[in-house]
Amino acid sequence: MIEIENVRKSFGSLEVLKGIDLTVQKGEVVTIIGGSGSGKSTLLTCINGLEPIDSGRITVDGTEVHAKSTDLNKLRRKIGIVFQQFNAFPHLTVLENVMLAQVKVLKRPKAEAEAEAVKQLNHVGLGDKLKVYPSRLSGGQQQRMAIARALAMSPDYMLFDEVTSALDPQLVGEVLDTLRMLAREGMTMICVTHEMKFAREVSDRVAFFHKGVMAEIAPPDQLFGAPRDPELQKFLSATH
Amino acid sequence: MFDTALTAADFAFLARGAGMTIVVTLISVIAGTILGIVFGVFRYQVGPIWAAPLTFVLDVFRSIPLLIQLVLANAFLGTILRLNMSGFTVACIILSLYTAAFCAEIVRGGIEAVPMTTRRAARSLGMTWGQDMRSIVLPLATRVALPSWIGLALGVMKDSALVYIVQVTELLKSTQILITRLQEPLLLLMICGAFYFVISFPLARFGGYLEKRWSND
Amino acid sequence: MFNYTFQWKQALARLPQMLDGALVTMQIAVLSMVIGILLAILLTMFRLSGIRVLSAVSKTWVEIARNTPALFQIYMAHFGLGSFGIHLSPFASILLGITFNNAGYLTENFRGALKAIPDTQARAARSLGFGQGGAFRYVVLPQMLRIAFLPMTNQMVWAILMTSLGVTVGMNTDLYGVTQGLNALTFRTFELFALAAVIFYLITKTITLGARLIATRLFRY
Repeated sequence: MIEIENVRKSFGSLEVLKGIDLTVQKGEVVTIIGGSGSGKSTLLTCINGLEPIDSGRITVDGTEVHAKSTDLNKLRRKIGIVFQQFNAFPHLTVLENVMLAQVKVLKRPKAEAEAEAVKQLNHVGLGDKLKVYPSRLSGGQQQRMAIARALAMSPDYMLFDEVTSALDPQLVGEVLDTLRMLAREGMTMICVTHEMKFAREVSDRVAFFHKGVMAEIAPPDQLFGAPRDPELQKFLSATH
Repeated sequence: MFDTALTAADFAFLARGAGMTIVVTLISVIAGTILGIVFGVFRYQVGPIWAAPLTFVLDVFRSIPLLIQLVLANAFLGTILRLNMSGFTVACIILSLYTAAFCAEIVRGGIEAVPMTTRRAARSLGMTWGQDMRSIVLPLATRVALPSWIGLALGVMKDSALVYIVQVTELLKSTQILITRLQEPLLLLMICGAFYFVISFPLARFGGYLEKRWSND
Repeated sequence: MFNYTFQWKQALARLPQMLDGALVTMQIAVLSMVIGILLAILLTMFRLSGIRVLSAVSKTWVEIARNTPALFQIYMAHFGLGSFGIHLSPFASILLGITFNNAGYLTENFRGALKAIPDTQARAARSLGFGQGGAFRYVVLPQMLRIAFLPMTNQMVWAILMTSLGVTVGMNTDLYGVTQGLNALTFRTFELFALAAVIFYLITKTITLGARLIATRLFRY
């Protein structure tokens, strides 16, 4: 379970998170929508401790992320994250990309790591690209590789930060299909996205962020069907 | 520590050496740059096969020690051709060719950095080769080449310390002569090093600044 | 055509001695590169450490190495240190001078290479559970070495060329020193130095071509 309590965060004088409260249960899929600069991406990087927070509390399975005593490297093994930029390691093949952290961080034996990598890559449809370097992959393929790389660490939670925003329109579909598949399999996910149709389909709950505040959170039918927050109404009519 | 036997005359001697360093550098950089531009454009224009002999010769200048180039030129011009050439002339000729060899690379890199599409656009607007070169390639290539060229010019100044081998008494040689006479190596070397540094450091910084500014847009 | 008889045989007869000299030249260059690379890694870490003294040491080293003649740096090692009662042999002086120069230039190269790698790479590694050291070693460093490889090759060529300056501090066993010594015996200046030039050319070409070969094997991405 991920519990976010009254989290505040500023960059300089700009307050990007103004007291966020959100609890995500095991097996739940929560998507976060909102305009750019609404703080939704920052929240994700706070959850796995890549960004410090100014006040409030985030706990993952009872471990407080920003406590001094927390071993972040250990905690991050539980939380996979995929970014908008694909962040493929260019000097490693697709297979090596997915194996690296398994071998060096989890200390898995090479054979086991390779088997897991092959399994995950097959899962995201890249089983035929094992020996290829990322520079030879399309954006969509690189992004699916990044997903496989995170999944190979056997995380309990997956965070997706606008994973389709840097993709050519015709490549968005293949990545969203991968996410849909994960959702069906019961992975606990928080997705920041601009894809409204996708959010509507896969989410248990959808949250709308506006200027650092979570203005509304509800099951998708309710949030899209009968939005209450005026900013959300504006946002939805602009994106449709 | 600053009890020194260094006299005003010694300082004048060093200053003359510094003057020689600057004169040799300026002549070589100017002549070498002109030659380098000619060579660079030629190489780009005729393509790799026809330019091969030139490419090879320029590469030789970059691949053997400058000291040997100077000794060989001196021997060739003096002993073999029996031309009565001063060491100063030999130094300037070799340093110019040495500069040209590096400059040609910089020029070629600059031209190649101008996107073909931009040039095609210029030509399709009806510009001639000369107009395209002058008003499209030159300004764009200069942006790429200038920072490296500043580095080259400073490199030539530092390498000009080697022309002592053909009996040109530039700054470092003057320093060495005084070291032998006065036995105060540290002080003399510091003065000498400071001279190079004071010229090189700000210019190198300026080059770095240009590179940063121009690569950002 | 010329009023001069070339005597290439005389020069060629000395080839074995000159090749011995070439070996010493390579020795100096390789040693100065190995030590130079290690020092450059240290100086790069100094520069990025955020500790002012260390950062200043690194900056000063780099700027002196880049903004004064290599020959000056060799004189400093030989005559300059002599003022402090440290008298280095010609071999040690030239090695120290070139190493100082290499370390300075390489530090700048390494720093530039690090800058060229997006922060997001280390970030991605951290988010997979790597610590700072692991992220650097497995993700950043291999990419840095690729970017810095060509400049490192160039510096190696410079190191070879710089060995010729050893003669100014009394070095006489390297290629240039040997040639100079033979010249004093035979006065066949042009022939001897032309031969030395050919050897230098072959050495530097072998390095650049070898490096290119290694690069294609090493960096297949």
